[in-house]
Amino acid sequence: MSLSLLFAIILALAMVGYLLGRANASGLKTAGKNLHSIPAYHGYYIALWCGLPAFLLVLVWLAAQSTVVDQLLLAGLPSHMTEGATPARISLVLGEIKNVAAGRVFGTPTQAVLDAAARYQSLKDTASLALIACTLAAAVGGLAFARSRLSPDFRARNKVDGILRWLLIVCSILAILTTIGIILSLVIESLVFFARVPVTEFLFGMNWSPQTPIRADQVASTGAFGAVPVFWGTIFISAIAMFVAIPVGLFSAIYLVEYADKKVRSVVKPLLEILAGIPTIVYGFFAVLTVAPFIREFGMSLGLDVASNSALAAGGVMGIMIIPFISSFSDDAITAVPQSMRDGAYALGATKAETIRQVLLPAALPGIVGGVLLAVSRAIGETMIVVMAAGLTATLTANPLEGVTTVTVQIVTLLIGDTEFDSPKTLAAFGLGLVLFISTLVLNIAALQVVKRYRERYE
Amino acid sequence: MSDTTARPGEPKRRAWYEKDAKLSRRHAADKRLRAYGIAAIVFALGMLATLVGTILITAAPAVTQTMVTLDVVVPEGAVDPSDPRGGSYQKILNESIARIFPEVDTPREKRELRQLFSNGGQYALRDKVVSDPSLIGQAFAITFPLSDIGDQLHKGVIDRDLPRDQRRVSDEQIGWYDRLVEQGRISAPLNWGMIFNADSRFPELAGLWGALVGSFYALLICFLVSFPVGISAAVYLEEFAPKNRLTDLIEVNINNLAAVPSIVFGLLGLAVFLNFFGMPRSAPIVGGLVLSLMTLPTIIIATRAALKAVPPSIREAAIGVGASKMQTVGHHVLPLAMPGILTGTIIGLAQALGETAPLLLIGMNAFITAAPDSMFNPSTALPTQIYIWADSPERGFTSRTSAAIIVLLGFLVCMNAIAIYMRKRFERRW
Repeated sequence: MSLSLLFAIILALAMVGYLLGRANASGLKTAGKNLHSIPAYHGYYIALWCGLPAFLLVLVWLAAQSTVVDQLLLAGLPSHMTEGATPARISLVLGEIKNVAAGRVFGTPTQAVLDAAARYQSLKDTASLALIACTLAAAVGGLAFARSRLSPDFRARNKVDGILRWLLIVCSILAILTTIGIILSLVIESLVFFARVPVTEFLFGMNWSPQTPIRADQVASTGAFGAVPVFWGTIFISAIAMFVAIPVGLFSAIYLVEYADKKVRSVVKPLLEILAGIPTIVYGFFAVLTVAPFIREFGMSLGLDVASNSALAAGGVMGIMIIPFISSFSDDAITAVPQSMRDGAYALGATKAETIRQVLLPAALPGIVGGVLLAVSRAIGETMIVVMAAGLTATLTANPLEGVTTVTVQIVTLLIGDTEFDSPKTLAAFGLGLVLFISTLVLNIAALQVVKRYRERYE
Repeated sequence: MSDTTARPGEPKRRAWYEKDAKLSRRHAADKRLRAYGIAAIVFALGMLATLVGTILITAAPAVTQTMVTLDVVVPEGAVDPSDPRGGSYQKILNESIARIFPEVDTPREKRELRQLFSNGGQYALRDKVVSDPSLIGQAFAITFPLSDIGDQLHKGVIDRDLPRDQRRVSDEQIGWYDRLVEQGRISAPLNWGMIFNADSRFPELAGLWGALVGSFYALLICFLVSFPVGISAAVYLEEFAPKNRLTDLIEVNINNLAAVPSIVFGLLGLAVFLNFFGMPRSAPIVGGLVLSLMTLPTIIIATRAALKAVPPSIREAAIGVGASKMQTVGHHVLPLAMPGILTGTIIGLAQALGETAPLLLIGMNAFITAAPDSMFNPSTALPTQIYIWADSPERGFTSRTSAAIIVLLGFLVCMNAIAIYMRKRFERRW
């Protein structure tokens, strides 16, 4: 039985519960009893008691099922297969058993594996049968329980409101759970990583080549995890991006707020916003297809040696992506400066440019700085443009025509494809992710603080 | 007016209507700032135009697909009518190709000749025979794609005038192609295969169907999770929550989540959904869950803004006639805020549709040659399919990547247009 069918049955049962409760209450009402709540709330009460526990049970069950089944399967394996085996080896064995159970047989599996596959299949069948039985029991049980509590002076509306309120609270706590999930997953994996590679080497080491040896006797590439060149590449590309985005964004905001008439503004502003709505993969393809070859050709014609994945191409395209962030933040900040300050400056005989430079910009500076900080955080977390257009090798260079790599590029290249979960290579990605998370968090908080302080000044 | 008379030794003061060098400098500075502004806008919009323009131009060749029509004879003995899938259709095709080009006999020439036709021809033939077994033993015409190089030749992407060592087709191949054109066997219909085929290693066969289905499933999950949860969270925070440390914490949290880089959500999905809960790799359900966590802050923020815009008088009136707090919100405030909420939701879903990085980390960039038949099967999504194609070396994939980008942008434009329409149509000013 498929999941959607199960959910449909739960829903149908809840509807039945609703109709039952409402009919019962209507019956009481026509019998002349004075009800506390209108009949519909009696129905809702039963429906919630019938549907909610069953629905939650299915979710919890699904989350736990595969782990429990795996453990049961492992416990039943002959001891020579599990004793002293590494987690990686065990997951390999489990994978083989599941493949065999699903009918994807490679080579000739041993008898033990075949037996285990059969057992796995029966465990899975039992589990899904048990799930259906338990869910139905929960739904019917909830229905019966709620039905038994209904009476003319039962406060159904208050109870239903109370249940809904709890649902709302649970939903808003989910936002916290997401953050906790992010922090826990990053920190735990990073701790495992730092147990193998010292934190100081990771943060201050100058050599990044995360390829771990495939054979034990291999000479080259023992795996070095000094992330300074990776951090440098990220900062370098972000700096190039800001070098493009800040002047363009700021000047266009100034023009749109102070010089342009309404008509121009109403056309240009949405057009600029389009730049923010284009998916980053499109920018990445644009960088590879157009910008990088153009910069390369142009550099060659000047006699310069330009790498095909130059930092300039990736950073420049990223800058184009960031223009609307800067321009809309600056726009808001300049617009928020009170008109009286403009009027004061004009009254003293200042030109528009002087008013902007000496009055509006200083007054709007906190807002602009906040926007720039958010844009920087956006730039260092940006992934697809650099994955497609920046380099893979970590080099410490200040030449924008050479290729550099970034934190996000390394995370993607370390994790793409099938990798076992306990090699330092995979774990290094989580170390980088932690650094990325912390630095963007700090930038965001700083930006919010700056913006908040500026708001207090004029409101 | 003694101060207007010039004292000896000082430069003569000018009247207010006279221009002097300083004033024109100041006006020049004003004009310069204006020019910088215009230049900045022209640069930004020029880049937007270049981006859209290059994508459109590179996508143009993918609008049509060059097809070839061959006369095929399926001999009685070659295919077993009870099991038509098992026939050796490539051989049958090769025979009919050889009838057109009888002079080709060396192995090298034969190989080059075959390179002109798509590998998908045998499957097209097989499917035709399987769907109509009465064709066995008869002669009939079959139309299937030319290979990538044939396609490029037809569209003029390959320059015939280049010397041999600089182009990817041999002189013989050009000659054979020209003979096919003379015989009227070449046609270039609209490239529906690009939408309705699944992925393939061969550009002329590759299509977006698998990615479209995968993206649909992922967005469906994303909507089913983030819409109810997001509205509930926003309603609680806006209408019910007491002002205390916990609700402050939740607020700060949501604002920060909205700015966390998307790749970090990918790491979360990898560590929690794949590794901890053991969910299937590359499956749209995992992609949808990760996307829903990313969309949640957007929806919460939009919903709270929409709830704030509903005037308090509505709530007071409802409470006044005896509604409970929950009834007030459910019956009056939420319906009035719904247009704003839906607008925010559509914009959030549009962002989710274009998101690539987290899907890469949970393996939705796998090479899968069939559309997924459920949300638990491995699949790609539209943006990850673009990533895969952009990485493929064959020339034909460049135009297909651009065409896929246009499909993606088309969806985004539609979604945003709906959102803007809804905002304009249903927005209420109180």
